Amino acid sequence: MSAESKLEIGTLAVSTSPHIRCDESIAKIMWTVNAVLVPAALFSIYQFGLPALRTLVICIAVSMATEYFIQKWQNKPITVNDGSAFLTGLLLAMNIPANIPWYIPVVGSVAAIGIAKHTMGGLGYNIFNPALIGRAFLLASWPIAMTTWPTPAGWANKVDAVTAATPLGILKLQGYEELVKFFGDKTDMYMSLFLGTRGGSAGETSAVLLLLGGLYLIYRKYINWQIPVCMIGTVGIITWAFGGNGGLFTGDPLLNILSGGLILGAFFMATDMVTIPITIKGQIIFAVGAGALTSLIRLIGGYPEGVCYAILLMNCVTPLIDRLVRPVKFGARR
Amino acid sequence: MAEYFTLFMGAVIVNNFVLTRFLGLCIFFGVSKNLNASVGMGMAVTSVMTISSGLAWIVYNYILHPFGLTFLTTVVFVVLIASFVQLLEMIIRKHAPTLYNLWGIYLVLIATNCIVLAVPLLNAESNFTFTKSIVHAIGSGAGFALAIILMASLREKLQYADVPKSLQGLGIAFILAGMLALAFFGFSGMIPL
Repeated sequence: MSAESKLEIGTLAVSTSPHIRCDESIAKIMWTVNAVLVPAALFSIYQFGLPALRTLVICIAVSMATEYFIQKWQNKPITVNDGSAFLTGLLLAMNIPANIPWYIPVVGSVAAIGIAKHTMGGLGYNIFNPALIGRAFLLASWPIAMTTWPTPAGWANKVDAVTAATPLGILKLQGYEELVKFFGDKTDMYMSLFLGTRGGSAGETSAVLLLLGGLYLIYRKYINWQIPVCMIGTVGIITWAFGGNGGLFTGDPLLNILSGGLILGAFFMATDMVTIPITIKGQIIFAVGAGALTSLIRLIGGYPEGVCYAILLMNCVTPLIDRLVRPVKFGARR
Repeated sequence: MAEYFTLFMGAVIVNNFVLTRFLGLCIFFGVSKNLNASVGMGMAVTSVMTISSGLAWIVYNYILHPFGLTFLTTVVFVVLIASFVQLLEMIIRKHAPTLYNLWGIYLVLIATNCIVLAVPLLNAESNFTFTKSIVHAIGSGAGFALAIILMASLREKLQYADVPKSLQGLGIAFILAGMLALAFFGFSGMIPL
């Protein structure tokens, strides 16, 4: 691994064995992740119109500017071009409603980069996923604006567009039958969720585009398949078992998997290299925990959607998981 | 049974005393630099809280309430808890020196802590039965232990981080605690108190 390609603690590179050299670098990985998110971002512009484009531009520009000014101010090497601030901005924009007032994403981006990332020393040291801290910060500050979603009306959307409920919101407040009625029938509902023609945060609606992007990252080995599979699988099983009103195993796992930010979170945020455990075993614990917490919040929590908080909560226990699954030296006892 | 479970889980997670009510912060920040110390602190707080909740329940329900002295609750509880913890410390020092070496320092720290006072007061205010008071106290203590252990593990990880000089030590600890509280927002609304 070349010198700039690895997060360094002094001169120590932190990873689990085996340590193999390759030509990957932070910039290459980050820009690849950004690139695979572009189709879903473009789809959000197609679906929610100009407000979505505006939110994307604000988040990305403010994130990168915050990173630049903080590094300039601290006399650190300026790493705006490595794509990580771009990725934080992009993920934040995809996680908030498209037609939100302009100052909210500004505050969110500053909180994400300035507080979650740079108070802890910048990329590689942050304990929480910056984009998710940004979103949780905004949800605590503007709970109504953050849960007022625009209708997927395409280019006709104005900034003060008509609002629509998200599938999980309807599920929480009105129940499953109302949700199916909302879409027509079950097949229409699954198709709509899969393709993304539904209300929701800007970039989380299109399951198929996010899946394709995620699969490419797995193919390039930038993320492990275990994390998304375990997290989505756990949500599927728990919501299937406990999600229905008719007793055990009457829930609708497919609905729960396709709706909300689960696919975006499982592929792009629960796989953030900095804030998750180092070993595969630890990552599986992380993913199952995040899936279980997501289901818990969705089923009995105060919010319709729990992916953001579930991943943040698992970020908190990451150091403990790392301690638990520390690899044993060959021949040594634990 | 379900009622006790809800009360317990509510105190551990949903209404976590440190992360949603911001009580007990002095020991939370003071002892969370090191994981082993924070485990000890968590256990000390849990046991002291449980015993003092039991004592406070007896005093409240057999002395303060029957004689119409409930306006004295806070003062009486402060004196009761502080003297009980001092007594406990003396007994442990005399009879179990090993335990004293492990826990003694924490006992002195929590003698007058707000989190230990808050739980009996809340129990009295909510008119909990004796069992409920004890369950609530154990849950609150476990919630404190959870918060301080998480905090200690995060702070140990941050020792290797390139934290800006002006934020090192308590500064970053407060920011971390804020983010932990933000993450615990996810549990809000799960169990109404």
